[in-house]
Amino acid sequence: MRYLLIIAATLFAATASAETPRDFLTRFEKEAGAAASAQRGARFFTSKQGGEWSCSSCHTDKPTQAGRHAKTEKAITPLAPAANAERFTDAAKVDKWFRRNCNDTLNRVCSAQEKADVMAWLLSLR
Amino acid sequence: MKKLLPATLLLVALTAQADSYSLPKHAAFEEECSSCHMAYPPQMLHADSWRAMMGDLSHHFGSDASIDDQRRVAITNFLLAHAGGRKTGDTRDAQGKPLLRITQTARFEKKHRELPTATWQRASIKSPANCAACHTRAAAGEYSERWVQIPK
Repeated sequence: MRYLLIIAATLFAATASAETPRDFLTRFEKEAGAAASAQRGARFFTSKQGGEWSCSSCHTDKPTQAGRHAKTEKAITPLAPAANAERFTDAAKVDKWFRRNCNDTLNRVCSAQEKADVMAWLLSLR
Repeated sequence: MKKLLPATLLLVALTAQADSYSLPKHAAFEEECSSCHMAYPPQMLHADSWRAMMGDLSHHFGSDASIDDQRRVAITNFLLAHAGGRKTGDTRDAQGKPLLRITQTARFEKKHRELPTATWQRASIKSPANCAACHTRAAAGEYSERWVQIPK
C-alpha cells in the first residue's frame, strides 16, 4: 500500500511539472475570464503594437517555420506547437519569454487575454 | 636559417593561439546567453564589463533579457571567473567606464579595422555581433584568420 502511494505521488509530481500547450491556453483564458480568439491572436501577433517590432519580426508570420532574430540574425526554432514539440511545455520558460518579448514589442506586459488569443492562434496552426 | 624556422613556427603558433578561446562549460550560461545570440567567450570582456552588463539585463542593448535572480547570480559568477586577462586589452571607454559591447573594445576594433562599413551591412552579415557569419569556427572558440570566410 505504501509503495502504491509513493508511485502515485511520483506520477502526480511528474504530471504536474510538465505542461502541454493546451494547459497554457486554459490558464490564460481562466485568468482573462473570457474565451480566446485565434483570429484576434493572429492579428496581434503579425502587426506592430507600438514598439519597433511585432512578434512576427522574429518568429515570422507563419510560426510553423523557423524564424530569425531581427537584430542578431540568430536562428529561432518554430514557435507553433505543431511544428516544435518543445514549445509551451515549461511554465517558467513561457512566463520568461512572454515577459521579455511583450516588453520588447509593446513596452508593457501582455494581458491574459492577449496571451490567450496568441495561444489559440498558435494551437490552430498546422 | 635553421634557427629562424623554429622561431617563426613558435610565433605562428602563438599568434594562432591568441585568436582562439577555450570555451568553459556552464549550462545556464549557454542556455540563457545563446537564446538570442551566440554565447560569446567570457574572455572577450573584463570582469567590470560583465558585472555592469549582468546588473541591467532588463535593458540589454535595447531588449529585455531579464532572467531569474538565481540564474543571474550563477551566470555572473561564471563570467567573472573566466573574464578576460592580458590579451583582452582595454575594454573601457575614453571616460574609463567599462564597455558592454565587445565590438567597441580596442582589440575588436584593431582586428577588424580593414573592413569597410559596407561589408558589415551585407545581408549575409548584418551585424558585427554575428561572429559566425565570417568566423566559420566561432562556435568552437576559433577566431584565427585561417578560419575566416567573408560571405558575399
